[in-house]
Amino acid sequence: MTTIAPLSYEQAIERYEPVIGLETHVELGTRTKMFCACPTDFGAEPNTQVCPVCLGLPGSLPVANRAAIEATIRIGLALNCTIASWSRFARKNYFYPDMPKDFQTSQYDEPLCVDGWLDVEVEGELVRVEIERVHLEEDTGKTLHLGGATGRIHGATESLVDYNRAGIPLVEIVTRPVPGTGSRAPLVARAYVTELRDVIRTLGVSDVRMEQGSLRCDVNVSLNRPGQEWGTRTETKNVNSLRSVERAVRSEIMRQAAVLDSGDRIVQETRHFSEDTGDTRPGRSKETATDYRYFPEPDLVPLAPDAAWVAELKAALPESPRLHRRRLQEAWGLSDHDMQSVLNAGAVELIEATIAAGASPDAARKWWMGELARRANETGTELSSLTSPEQVAALQRLVDEGKLTDKLARTVLEGVVAGEGTPAEVMAARGLEVVSDTGALTAAIDEAIAANPAVADKVRGGQVAAAGVLIGAVMKATKGQADAKTVRELILGRLGS
Amino acid sequence: MAAISREEVAHLAHLARLAVTEEELDTFAGQLDVILQAVARVGEVAAADIPPTSHSVPLTNVLREDVVRPGLTREEALSGAPDAEDGRFRVPRILEEES
Repeated sequence: MTTIAPLSYEQAIERYEPVIGLETHVELGTRTKMFCACPTDFGAEPNTQVCPVCLGLPGSLPVANRAAIEATIRIGLALNCTIASWSRFARKNYFYPDMPKDFQTSQYDEPLCVDGWLDVEVEGELVRVEIERVHLEEDTGKTLHLGGATGRIHGATESLVDYNRAGIPLVEIVTRPVPGTGSRAPLVARAYVTELRDVIRTLGVSDVRMEQGSLRCDVNVSLNRPGQEWGTRTETKNVNSLRSVERAVRSEIMRQAAVLDSGDRIVQETRHFSEDTGDTRPGRSKETATDYRYFPEPDLVPLAPDAAWVAELKAALPESPRLHRRRLQEAWGLSDHDMQSVLNAGAVELIEATIAAGASPDAARKWWMGELARRANETGTELSSLTSPEQVAALQRLVDEGKLTDKLARTVLEGVVAGEGTPAEVMAARGLEVVSDTGALTAAIDEAIAANPAVADKVRGGQVAAAGVLIGAVMKATKGQADAKTVRELILGRLGS
Repeated sequence: MAAISREEVAHLAHLARLAVTEEELDTFAGQLDVILQAVARVGEVAAADIPPTSHSVPLTNVLREDVVRPGLTREEALSGAPDAEDGRFRVPRILEEES
């Protein structure tokens, strides 16, 4: 075996051009399964959402879910696809206990939607990702492996299977190969999955949560020398977050470049991304070439969406996330750069909701992009998990009402994030309300003047700037809970300048 | 020429996880060959104006509304299983499918 010298990402990109492709699975949020009326609730007790159809019991017959068909057509339309006027389901035959039927009902050569595209923004430029197909299939059951290390199949002696998930509608979205992205390939992959997630979420057909598995992504990568034919591709599975999409593409580019550079060839295979190490490992070997013996599903009649049905679904599509963002950017008066920061922070919806809850666009953005974004970065948590738009709006209301200064509001926010209650509750509990009681302020001012007679004389003599020392003393005496501007006005009034 | 080879029958038997003996391979290859040749005769009469048919009834868009209906209880679901544990179907270990 040849030794493979590692290459840096820059070296890899200098010598090779990447071609990427993405296969994304989206679990639809229908109330019932694809071919039977079982519920689809996440986290139910094992095997409590099953029936003869999804258990593959003899004599049971599937019937397709109208909501799932419509959701798939809507996804296709939102991705600028052509909706097939004739489409059939097919049996994908394989032996694995995650499907009790010993086949998965899928679509093969007649998918519901074909030939679309999705424009994604990468570093301020639009990249068009072409969509090859969008088809509908059913999800598989969940297997739990016994005897091996922590649920892994390796070394397992037995497996336990839960079929609650078996039969939940699953939409597969396959891109055409995307060449020409160069060093931006990892960013393009991430931007595509992000945009796709936003499009589907806007349609309201799935909750598209990668951490819960309702959005899953396989990443294909190949490399070629400039001007030469595309190379052999690998498919990386187990990519479970947007960040992982980017990391998986990047690490696979580096790995393949090092292999090619050493004179070896790339083996077409399925690899698994490791969240811990950030690299990919070989998985199932493709040597036992998968032979699924697809054939048209005889128990389901063909789909033939007529033009009127498709037109009706198209007319009801919501505004695309990209247009929506552009409209928000204008309404909020943001530069491209500022809008990009908001997008990168994943704060668009949070800011939108905060404005809806009563805050001004500026204030809403300031909180989410300032204090909260900093905290999310520091603790490595999701922005949305820190607090809610309603709380942020309530906090800003206290500032607008003069009960909190910006500085005090930041302290209150800390308490809110720490789970101490609503902004008003934290303010009361920690005694952070602005000292607006003029009596208390006047006493503090008198004390400050008495303690600094020379400074007071200067201010009386017209040197207004000298008042800073007195303001400082008052702020100190009130533990920063007074509004500095009010204090200044009161001092100047008192000293007659 | 035979419509199906002995090797193809062996491959299909493997895909279908059927344990077929060497003798049975000869028998089945011969039988399947007769069946395939008989089916192939359909192709001789199929003209350009006869589209391939996968479904014998001329129906499309048979759909169900997205309304939950009760299925089986867990006990019913597991009642036919050879083995179960913790409310799950218990199956033998799966070989060489994943790392």
